[in-house]
Amino acid sequence: MTLAFKTTIPVLFGYLAIGIAFGLLLKNAGYSWVVALVMSVFIYAGAAQYLAVNFFANNASFTEVATITFLVNFRHMLYGISLFNKFNLTGWLKPYMIFSLTDETYALLTSVKDPVEVNKSKFYFYIALFNHSYWILGSLIGGIAGNLITINTQGLDFALTALFLVLLIEQFKSYKTRIPFLIGACCAVASIIIIGRANMLILSVISSIFIMLALEKRIVKNESN
Amino acid sequence: MSLTNVFISIAIMAAITFLTRVFPFLFFRKGQIPDIILFVGKYIPPTVITILVIYCLKDISFGILPYGCNELIAVMLVVFLHLRLGNPLVSIFGATFVYMFLIQSDVIRRLIS
Repeated sequence: MTLAFKTTIPVLFGYLAIGIAFGLLLKNAGYSWVVALVMSVFIYAGAAQYLAVNFFANNASFTEVATITFLVNFRHMLYGISLFNKFNLTGWLKPYMIFSLTDETYALLTSVKDPVEVNKSKFYFYIALFNHSYWILGSLIGGIAGNLITINTQGLDFALTALFLVLLIEQFKSYKTRIPFLIGACCAVASIIIIGRANMLILSVISSIFIMLALEKRIVKNESN
Repeated sequence: MSLTNVFISIAIMAAITFLTRVFPFLFFRKGQIPDIILFVGKYIPPTVITILVIYCLKDISFGILPYGCNELIAVMLVVFLHLRLGNPLVSIFGATFVYMFLIQSDVIRRLIS
């Protein structure tokens, strides 16, 4: 347990900070800390939860909520593949291990050295559980702090933009091809022009998938050059 | 959104998020992953993230004072901090802090007008 805790310390700071900002944003949109708590316990996906604040505020349709959640979390569909062996060791804890597979937990579990002296299954489980509790704790602090003290949170929503920008820079570094970025940008701008700002998200994502599939060979070739 | 709809949305999001995480354990064995899933899985993240960045910036009013300067400064600051220091938390919260100051003090609009 101590070893698992030490492993998760970098995530502790990250999740607390992003969780607090999430709790504050949700509170600012008019929802109590209970909603933040329920979301962080049961959804446990940072980017999707941030987006949900926008969805609640703009009265988005359930279809939009479902589609965007799916697409934002699509990357998770590939995470499990590299963890088949480790998760098979965890027995009855396996469903929780799968539920709690966030970006950060995935990164820790795939990169950490297996402990020699301790039970591996417990070690993996505590890593997952600690990370989850930091996230819950952060959103609770944010949601409750929003009640106790009046902070002018105007502009705090830029944290979401900044988060996506950071992810964009990281991906820009890790891909050689620029085609997927271009497709995304073109589809987003075109969707804003065609159906307006409020509903641009679904149209841009769906149209970009079709264009990507049409350009499959080019993208793969471009990436390998 | 009403509280009932908020909780329905939360249930939908929780179910779909779990579905994406459990998917490979239900349908794949090692080495038996359909090519189309591998392709979309590899190239959809940069596309979706690009779209989400634009989605976040879509409400900027370039036509009225201060012509989106606050957002432009904050975006450039994220990029600068991240390329310089490479620490995601510093980039995110450093730029957010500056953006909050800019927008709450309204300093750019006062300078221009």
